Amino acid sequence: MQRRFVSIWFRQLLADWQLIRRPELSGVPFVFAAPDHGRMIITAVSELALGFGVEVGMRAADAKAICPGLEVLDDKPGRSRKLLKGLGEWCVRYSPIVAIDEFAMDGLLLEATGCSHLWGGESGYLKEIVSRLKSKGYTVRVAIADTPGAAWAISHYGKVTPLIPVGGHVDALLNLVPDALRLEESVLAKLRKLGFYQIKSFIGMPRSVLRRRFGEDFLLRLGQAIGTEIEVLAALQVPVPFSERLACLEPIKTRNGIEIAINKLLENLCKRMQAEGKGLRFGVLTCYRIDGKMVQVDIGTSGASHNISHLLKLFQLKIDQIRPALGIELFVLDAPKVDDVEVPQEEMWTSKPGLDDQSVIKLLDRVAGKVGFQVIHRYLPAKRYWPERAILKAVSVTEKPNAPWRVDKPRPTELLKTPVAIEVMAIIPDHPPKFFIYKGVRHIVAKADGPERIEREWWLDHGEHRDYYQVEDEQGGRYWLFRSGHYGGENKYKWFIHGFFA
Amino acid sequence: MDAKRELFQKLQQDILLWQGFKPVASGKAERIGLGEIEDAFPGGVFPKKAIHEFITVVPEQSAASDGFIAGLLAVLMENGAACVWASTSRRLFPASLGLFNVEPERIIFMDVQTEKDVLWITEEALKCEGLAAVVAEVNNLSLIESRRLQLAVESSGVTGFILRKDENKTASTVATARWRISPLPSQTENGMPGLGFPRWQVELLKVRNGNPGNFVLEWAGEKFEEVKKVKKESVWSEMEGRQIG
Repeated sequence: MQRRFVSIWFRQLLADWQLIRRPELSGVPFVFAAPDHGRMIITAVSELALGFGVEVGMRAADAKAICPGLEVLDDKPGRSRKLLKGLGEWCVRYSPIVAIDEFAMDGLLLEATGCSHLWGGESGYLKEIVSRLKSKGYTVRVAIADTPGAAWAISHYGKVTPLIPVGGHVDALLNLVPDALRLEESVLAKLRKLGFYQIKSFIGMPRSVLRRRFGEDFLLRLGQAIGTEIEVLAALQVPVPFSERLACLEPIKTRNGIEIAINKLLENLCKRMQAEGKGLRFGVLTCYRIDGKMVQVDIGTSGASHNISHLLKLFQLKIDQIRPALGIELFVLDAPKVDDVEVPQEEMWTSKPGLDDQSVIKLLDRVAGKVGFQVIHRYLPAKRYWPERAILKAVSVTEKPNAPWRVDKPRPTELLKTPVAIEVMAIIPDHPPKFFIYKGVRHIVAKADGPERIEREWWLDHGEHRDYYQVEDEQGGRYWLFRSGHYGGENKYKWFIHGFFA
Repeated sequence: MDAKRELFQKLQQDILLWQGFKPVASGKAERIGLGEIEDAFPGGVFPKKAIHEFITVVPEQSAASDGFIAGLLAVLMENGAACVWASTSRRLFPASLGLFNVEPERIIFMDVQTEKDVLWITEEALKCEGLAAVVAEVNNLSLIESRRLQLAVESSGVTGFILRKDENKTASTVATARWRISPLPSQTENGMPGLGFPRWQVELLKVRNGNPGNFVLEWAGEKFEEVKKVKKESVWSEMEGRQIG
């Protein structure tokens, strides 16, 4: 299929934007100016000011002299790029590949290959773009051609038609001025000096001659316009391989409608993923609203899945977060992260349930979708004695412990997150306490085991070691107490409670 | 006497049948290792498709309940299935579960912020047939919430354990069994120093269609063991059916 490109040129990007923001300026000539070498140089001119002869590159003071009542507004560097980025994201509705025109910084380049038929052909496509942008307040010139360079040239300098038929771009370029090739000012000056006022006067010359006179960059630009060099568009949004779009005739604003839309998208997406043996790990649903805003929700799965009902359930948990406002006109479902699906072998007899059971994985996905992945914990043994560090969070659902759990030392069923200081009466040096007071209750110790000394991990932190005792009070409550530090050292020893035994 | 007892048993069986309890063939009855406690349940079988409620007011009780549940989980998770433990303020130390023959890595902890999330997770998890059991720590449970959980359990067959801290308002749930486990002083063999096996007072406060009771149980390293009250030396003159002369 022949590739087609659209160039959109915003003739007065900043001025139009300012008029949309401040409609009261519509009768006033105004310009944007930025300081340069201590002078204010005009960077953008409104339509009205243009009529007075004000041009880009003039000094603001001069412009004021020829145009009385001229309003000079401050221009911020990078503002055009920001505007173009926003407009480009809006233009994603016309094509998945939208790039900013980096040469003049006042337009967009779209790859329209296979897109225009959705708007009833190329002329309908261009009309739609122009009228939609015009209704927003932007005056644009557009052109469609086989190469981005030609489309750019026609949109900026073309006088006949913006619709260049397939293969006709070279002919369309012939009568244009060399400026249409996106060249440096110094090269243009040289061309003018030599009397090349139209592209046709030099397009037939041998390449070696042109290279010697005008440099490599000139040939590159010429090649990009006529299609001998490939120009790669830096898309604003990198298209993901697994993506589905659903444009709606009527804006959708009910929960039911959104659900049907998601189901439809998932059906198509899952069919494609299934055919390629892939499954979704992370999915993003972008809803474009008719007020120009967009809302996004995302889901994640702990194992690759192309099960429609499961994925739909995950999205159903998120529908509440979608605010349709006046209505949603376009749904885009992307799967930025996909994995190979392991097709489970059919079990002849019911298999043993376990962590990798499908129903468990689905449950985890649902919980993660509703509350978040951070709430799900699983622990593996760590080869360490310090109780707070004896367990390790597992990274994945299927991770297996690489060491057995130790059962030779007593460990409490319930462990306090931080040890709590207690008051204790104990016989020195290493007898267990006679009694201790915890939360105002006095527990008289009837039986005790210990001590078990656990040293600090000196390579991690400094401090006193702990001597742990397992004690039982007269009522039968079993506790884990420890003394921090030696008796009689420079540091004062302290007693703590750290857990409860079953 | 025997005839009367037989009649009673027959009537009881009939009532159970009307209420939807299917009698289990005596040979197939799966024991869960609780000994005599299991006889308190209808048909003498520990109900797995049910919600069990544990009242834990003080941390000693909740530690004891954790231990007791861990002992049960060891049997329930025998086939390799996983378990979900949902809570807002969990203190359970996974490394201790090895003592109760439970593999801690097969327990999925879900530590959420609100009680509402705990209940949502519990209900979702109870519907999940791939799990062996679900443990939830909550402060309170309303009648409606408990009924929702019971319905979830009935369709999936997952055992649900609810640890609740509020002792009041206990009458308002549909749990199959309500327990209270409190620690008892342990006993060592021959008066050896140190601590013995963990010993608990197991109070079965409520059993649907069963007989509540009071038991003393010990976790004897590998399994539960009931501690029989040491019988007093029977005096001949007080023995039943004594014959004088």
